[in-house]
Amino acid sequence: MAAPDELAFHEFEEATNLLAQTPNETTTRSDQLSPKGHVAVTVDSGASYGAEDEVEESDKTLLQEEKQQPGFWTFGYYQSFFDVDTSQVLDRIKGSLLPRPGHNFVRHHLRNRPDLYGPFWICATLAFVLAITGNLTLVLAQRRDPSIHYSPQFHKVTVASVTIYCYTWLVPLALWGFLRWRKGVRERMGLYTFLETVCVYGYSLFVFIPTVVLWLIPVPWLQWLLGALALALSAAGLVFTLWPVVREDTRLAAGVLLSVVVLLHALLAMGCKFYFFQPLPPEPMASPHQATSQPAATGLPPTLPRSVAA
Amino acid sequence: MAEAVESPGDPGTTTPRPLMRDLKAVGKKFMHVLYPRKSNTLLRDWDLWGPLILCVTLALMLQRGSVDSEKDGGPQFAEVFVIVWFGAVTITLNSKLLGGNISFFQSLCVLGYCILPLTMALLVCRLVLLAEPGPINFMVRLFVVIIMFAWSIVASTAFLADSQPPNRKALAVYPVFLFYFVISWMILTFTPQ
Repeated sequence: MAAPDELAFHEFEEATNLLAQTPNETTTRSDQLSPKGHVAVTVDSGASYGAEDEVEESDKTLLQEEKQQPGFWTFGYYQSFFDVDTSQVLDRIKGSLLPRPGHNFVRHHLRNRPDLYGPFWICATLAFVLAITGNLTLVLAQRRDPSIHYSPQFHKVTVASVTIYCYTWLVPLALWGFLRWRKGVRERMGLYTFLETVCVYGYSLFVFIPTVVLWLIPVPWLQWLLGALALALSAAGLVFTLWPVVREDTRLAAGVLLSVVVLLHALLAMGCKFYFFQPLPPEPMASPHQATSQPAATGLPPTLPRSVAA
Repeated sequence: MAEAVESPGDPGTTTPRPLMRDLKAVGKKFMHVLYPRKSNTLLRDWDLWGPLILCVTLALMLQRGSVDSEKDGGPQFAEVFVIVWFGAVTITLNSKLLGGNISFFQSLCVLGYCILPLTMALLVCRLVLLAEPGPINFMVRLFVVIIMFAWSIVASTAFLADSQPPNRKALAVYPVFLFYFVISWMILTFTPQ
């Protein structure tokens, strides 16, 4: 068994030898480069620059090579998707809340730096908020009608998170695949990368978070109004972002694509409303025997009226 | 775990660490969580025994009995365990991906130890629920859970916030907020069967 210092010494020599042979190679981190490496580059390039210029050249090539994407098995690859500041995330959220017709979310807000932080945590928040507010409506319903059995309904958290995450990942995947196929057919179409599509969908779900919280207010027409408003904002954001890409295509394909996108979004909103929120039972009457209507979601048998109320 | 102890004379054999020393280390960290101030003890000598004890206590007390129907109840033991540990791992990964310079296990240690105030809230809620149910009962539990939730957040941000660059602090702290919020919700909706 060799002593540890011997092995370290050999490694150091090997690195400098390699650098001497192949001046364009980089080590993984530039601060590991020894001065000998720079000297080796100078000797091998043989150009008639001053010594300072050559060192600058080698520095530039090193920087360029480092800016290339690291492989997907490295941690740095995934770190590049979280390269956002707080102000950028807030700016993207604001952009998704206020869609404007000429204002492409991808070009204006993402600017070739899509992130995964926003979509991931917006989906997580939405899933938990859905489960929690859905549970709260059950609490409110039980206070009106004590015969409803209250339970924490913990399985709804699982359902909510699976639904939301599948929607935010699978639908952009399908959309991106479809757009790529259309681009193969018609060359002039633009294209978004997969991450940009995921970003657009993820941030467009943000408007549902306050909507779901406001759905606690037990006024049915208000709930439908808020739902429609949120759906309109969210779908408008999606449509305005997809329109520049899709308008090069035939009218039929563009129309079908946009309507499918809006339809899926509407299905998600309505599915959430019906599954997680139950309608409030009517106000309890003076005498419980005169109750003639039953709460829809609880399935209790109707109580027989003792006397027919006028 | 930090501070490996080996008898210097014989490589390959270790004197068994006295149990009291481990318990004292865990207890010392509990004190640091209860009175959070800027100190490096939690970070430097991390261990995962405290989080494990707290998580098992939480899961044991929150689980529903086996007689209840499968679908309609509180969390099972495994669900609480999964939420706590997967939540902590996700927050740690998030923090590291954002460029924080805290190590994986240090972050798990801090997040796990800062569940202590919420575990205390659960014990208090359990006691309060022995009294008769009613709005006052609920208000007391709500008040206790809110206070302990704020305490957990303050304790964990005191340790974790410094590891992030200043323009990303809020991005790293928000998932911690969500994590403790979900645990607080599970404690608040706990109804013994």
